[in-house]
Order: sequence, then structure tokens, then C-alpha cells
Amino acid sequence: MKVAVCIKRVPDMDLRFAIGSDGKALDPAGLKFDIADFDGYAVEAGLRLVEQAGAGEVVVVSVGPAAVQETLRKALGMGATRAIQLEAAAIPFDGMAVAAALAAELKDGGFDLVLFGRMATDSANQTVGPMTAHLMGVPCVTAISKLDVADGRGTAERQLEGAAETVTFPLPAVVTIDEGLGRPRLPSLKGIMAAKKKPLDVRPAQLGTASLTVDHIALPPDRPPGRIIGEGADAVPELIRLLQTEAKVL
Amino acid sequence: MATMFAFAESRGGALRKVALEAVSAARQAADATGGGEVHAMVVGAPGIGSTAPALGQAGADVVMVVEHAELARYSPEVCSATAAARLQAGGYRGAFFAASAEGRDLAPRVAAALGLSMAADLTEFAFEGEVLVGQHPTHIGKIITTVRLAGTPAIVTLRPGAVLVAEAGRTPVVEPVAPALDPGAARVVVTALGGKGDAQLDLADAPVVVSGGRGLREAANFALVEALAAAFGNAAVGATRAVTDDGWRDPATQIGQTGRIVSPDLYVAVGISGAIQHLAGMRTSKTIVAINKDKDAPIFKLADYGIVGDLFEVMPVLTEAVRKAKAGG
Ligand SMILES: Cc1cc2nc3c(=O)[nH]c(=O)nc-3n(C[C@H](O)[C@H](O)[C@H](O)COP(=O)(O)OP(=O)(O)OC[C@H]3O[C@@H](n4cnc5c(N)ncnc54)[C@H](O)[C@@H]3O)c2cc1C
Ligand SMILES: Nc1ncnc2c1ncn2[C@@H]1O[C@H](COP(=O)(O)O)[C@@H](O)[C@H]1O
Repeated sequence: MKVAVCIKRVPDMDLRFAIGSDGKALDPAGLKFDIADFDGYAVEAGLRLVEQAGAGEVVVVSVGPAAVQETLRKALGMGATRAIQLEAAAIPFDGMAVAAALAAELKDGGFDLVLFGRMATDSANQTVGPMTAHLMGVPCVTAISKLDVADGRGTAERQLEGAAETVTFPLPAVVTIDEGLGRPRLPSLKGIMAAKKKPLDVRPAQLGTASLTVDHIALPPDRPPGRIIGEGADAVPELIRLLQTEAKVL
Repeated sequence: MATMFAFAESRGGALRKVALEAVSAARQAADATGGGEVHAMVVGAPGIGSTAPALGQAGADVVMVVEHAELARYSPEVCSATAAARLQAGGYRGAFFAASAEGRDLAPRVAAALGLSMAADLTEFAFEGEVLVGQHPTHIGKIITTVRLAGTPAIVTLRPGAVLVAEAGRTPVVEPVAPALDPGAARVVVTALGGKGDAQLDLADAPVVVSGGRGLREAANFALVEALAAAFGNAAVGATRAVTDDGWRDPATQIGQTGRIVSPDLYVAVGISGAIQHLAGMRTSKTIVAINKDKDAPIFKLADYGIVGDLFEVMPVLTEAVRKAKAGG
């Protein structure tokens, strides 16, 4: 079982964000970075697939500047076999531009499965996976929360609004991973040591042209600060009054 | 005058609300260019064409009906091939899809098939000369990114609820369209659709969402949350990850960064601490009510109306009061 996992380096969402001086990106001061949430789930899914198969490799790939090597090393520490950095000065916001670079690298790699996160925590586009699949010419199933692989076919489950779909598809395929397949393992100390010696290749990213660009970014309008209206069941009449007269939702 | 394309999502033979929103957005966009046509595409088992009048009501001038016995369930490859073939034929300035589970699966396939990019999950959009400018909540809702999309057609997905359903009152021309790919030749096949029936009010459509967290202590106590939702009558029930992880609730009802994003008129958080990952899924709700026994719970920083107290004491009283208020007393 040969699995590739595409992972993105994204800012840690717990921190307070400020807008950078160009108005198009976050102020880098004080930011911390990590592997995108769903990409961590995708790495875990890849590791489990290869463990179940008993043989194979998990190759992690990331498009971006030298800093993405830290993200790749983390995945190597979790147990991935080797890593590829597709070097680009910056990560384009355009999903097709990123997909072009990933597809060029992965198309002839002989992978049974190429895994993605459902969406990147920062861009939240949810487009790179299916676009890469199209460029690779392989089937694609998105946002799956369960996966079984047997006899060259996959069976997956996807959560819809208020329902779930079961989907079958032949390998090789691209799959994008939602929650549900198993929490990402933490890199062990031994894993982190071993990761330092694992191969990490660097190649230029063959990015596609970007037709989706960021005009500017902004913080969302502030909500009025929270207000505690009372304690216990005694506060219920006041709440009902406010819902009727102020919020007008009742 | 520009012609617009809209994909009308259906499930189980019925249109979803986001279908009407996509058509309404296309109508707005066409009208903004001086009144072009809106062409809506609906795909399903034979009979799906009966949805055409509803699509006309929302603003479609033409309804392309793709009917096939093997299309009762969503087929990503047939839908994307058929939509792409139509868009390829040319003449469309914009193509509108829902940022739903299905639309977010479909639109990027269509874009890639046309060799184009796309803009995702827009809450606002406008055509400005050669580009489409849109607003897209990113970074778990902590940043609003204004994007520019070049290329024709401009392919976008719209966040559910971002567009009001139009009352355009048109009588559309119905045009049967053959699937551009034989459903029997599709590689990716949806073999089963399970879960709740269509009658249930979906989280995305509900004007009120009542969500429960670990403060409820055990699964059975969600009855308190359900009773309050029932008292509102127009409410859906959500949950935190703490609760879906423990198997108390269906994972499809998880609200937050890694769950669903909702933006109802009223969000009631019951026994929920207000972790940043939860807030990511509900912070744009118009009014937020929180019930928590810990006055320092982070949810109170966001809640318009907070009640500090034991939910087991507050919920029955609140439920009764809402029921009375709804009954007009
Ligand atoms: C990568 C990542 C993604 C995540 N994604 C999500 C997500 O999508 N959605 C999500 O919800 N979480 C998500 N989480 C988890 C999140 O961090 C929190 O752990 C979770 O939201 C907590 O759920 P909770 O509020 O139900 O539980 P708790 O944090 O345990 O809070 C329970 C609250 O109930 C109150 N309480 C207890 N008893 C009573 C009582 N009798 N009456 C009134 N109040 C009471 C307590 O004071 C407390 O504030 C994610 C975490 C990570 C790391
Ligand atoms: N720069 C990148 N390098 C590697 N993989 C990426 C990159 N950007 C996005 N991806 C993958 O594509 C998924 C979806 O990203 P997006 O379409 O931007 O939401 C992510 O979860 C990653 O798996």
C-alpha cells in the first residue's frame, strides 16, 4: 500500500490575529504554525492504512517555503516514511495553482491512495483535493469520515447535512479526510529522533497560474461584549422578555 | 446582460433550500448585469423535473432537467461532467453552487474540468468588470477574506443562508438534458443514503439552534435540549465535539471548526464551555444565549444573554416559558 498525504502548514488558530501591513495576509508577529487540522487526520489515516496492509509507505508532501519542512518533519515524526517539499516562495490562495503542483508531483508516483484534509484550516477552500484528483485523472471522494480498502476498491462514508452517504470507488484514488477516522497520534520521542534521518526531498513547485487571489483580509465585525442577565431559573422571565423585545426572535 | 448558471441541489427527489438560494443568487447576478437569463440544472431520478416551477419561482428562466433511473442518489462524476459540458458550451458569466456537502464536492470538480479556479463559501459577491469579488470567512471564521476571481464562467459556492430566496415568479422553459456521462460508467458510486429523513429541519436551515455540551452529563439528558427545541418549534439540535466524541449524538450535528457552521437567528448553548473550536461554528449567529453554571466560562464572553446557573434547574423553566410565549401567553 503506497499512500501520499498532502499537508499544509497553517497558523495556529488559538492565537489572536492581526492584519499585516499589506492588508492581504496575517501579521506574522507572534504567529505559531502547525499542520492543518484535517491534514493531521489524513496523516493518521495514511499510517493506519499502511499498518493494516502490513507493507508500503506513507509519503507526505507540502507546497510552500522552507518553513514547511518543519510541518513535514512533524508528520515524519508521527511515522511517515519520507517527505517532499515542493518549494514555492509563498502558498497561493488559489486551489488550482496548488493542485497543479501536487498533481505534477504525484501523477506518476504509483500511489494507491492520495489523501488530503477535507479543507485547510486557514484558506477553508476545500478545493485542492478534488482539483488535484481531476488533474491526476483518478476518482475522488471528499470529506469522508470512514474508509475501508479491500481488493483494489475503497468504501467510504461521508456526512451530509442530516444524512450520511456510502460511496464506493476503485483505486488508485484521491480521498479527502474529515474527522472520524481516528485522532492524529502525537509524534513519539523516538519518532522525532528517527524523523531527523528520514529523507526529505526538495523540488521546485510547478504551480499553476492563479486566477483566485486575495484582495484584502479583515477581522470580522466585533460582537458586543457578552452580558450575563441573571442567575438560575429566576433569570428566565428576563430572558424571555429580551428575546421578545430586543432580539425579536420569540 | 449576462447569462448565469445555477446548480439546484436535491435529495430524495426534493429540492433543498440551498437550491433555491443558488438560483436566487444567479437571479441577483443576472439582474445586476441588466437582466440576463438564469439557467438552473437539476439532476435526479425520473420525476425530478416536477421541481421546475419552484426553481422558476426563485428566478430560473430555463430549467435543465437531467433525469435518469440511476441518478436517484448524487453522482459526483455524472453531475460534474454534465454541468461542465453545459458550461463549456459557453455563454455563462457565473455558475452558482451551494457550499453544502454536495456543492463543495461538486463545484471544484466542475472548475477543474473547465481548467478554471473557483471561489468557495462566499457570504457576499459582486461582479466588478472582469472579476468577481467575494467575501469568504477563513481561519475558522476569525478572518474575512475578500477574494478576486478572474475567468469565465466565475464558479462559486455560496454559504447556506447567505442569499435570501427570491420571489421572482417566473415560468421556466423546461429543457431535458442527457447526462454527459453514462451513470453506469461512473467510477465513484453512492451506494446508500442513510440518516434522518428530509422532514427533519436541517441545522443549516433552522432559524433557531439549541446545542448541548458535556454539561448535560449523559446522553439521556439531551431530552432537555430536545424539549427546548420542540418548544421553539423551528429549532434544530446541535452538539459539541465533546458530546459527539462520546457517542451521545450523531457526528453530523457537531457544530464547530471541524463540524458544521451555523448562523441562525438564535443560538442557545446549554452546558457548553465555549472553546474556540466550538465558537468557530456558531459565532456569526444573530443572537446567542448561554446557560452555564460557571460564570467564567468563555461562552459568556460571546453570549448576548447569559444565565449563570444549573442547566437542570433552568432548562425545564425556560422550556415552559418558551412554550407559553409561543402559544401567545
Ligand atoms: C483540532 C480540534 C478541533 C475541534 N473541533 C471542535 C468542533 O468542531 N466542535 C466542538 O464543539 N469542539 C471542537 N473541539 C473540541 C473543543 O476544544 C472542546 O473540547 C469542546 O468544544 C468542549 O465541549 P463542551 O463545551 O461540551 O465541554 P466542556 O468544555 O467540558 O464544557 C462543559 C461545560 O458545561 C458546564 N456545566 C457542567 N455542568 C453544568 C450544569 N449542571 N449546568 C450548567 N452548566 C454546566 C461547565 O461549566 C462547562 O463550561 C476541537 C478540538 C480540537 C483540538
Ligand atoms: N500548500 C499545500 N501543500 C500541500 N497540501 C496542501 C496545500 N494546500 C492545501 N493542501 C491540501 O489540500 C487540502 C484542502 O485545502 P483547501 O482546498 O485550501 O481547503 C488541505 O487539507 C491539504 O490536504
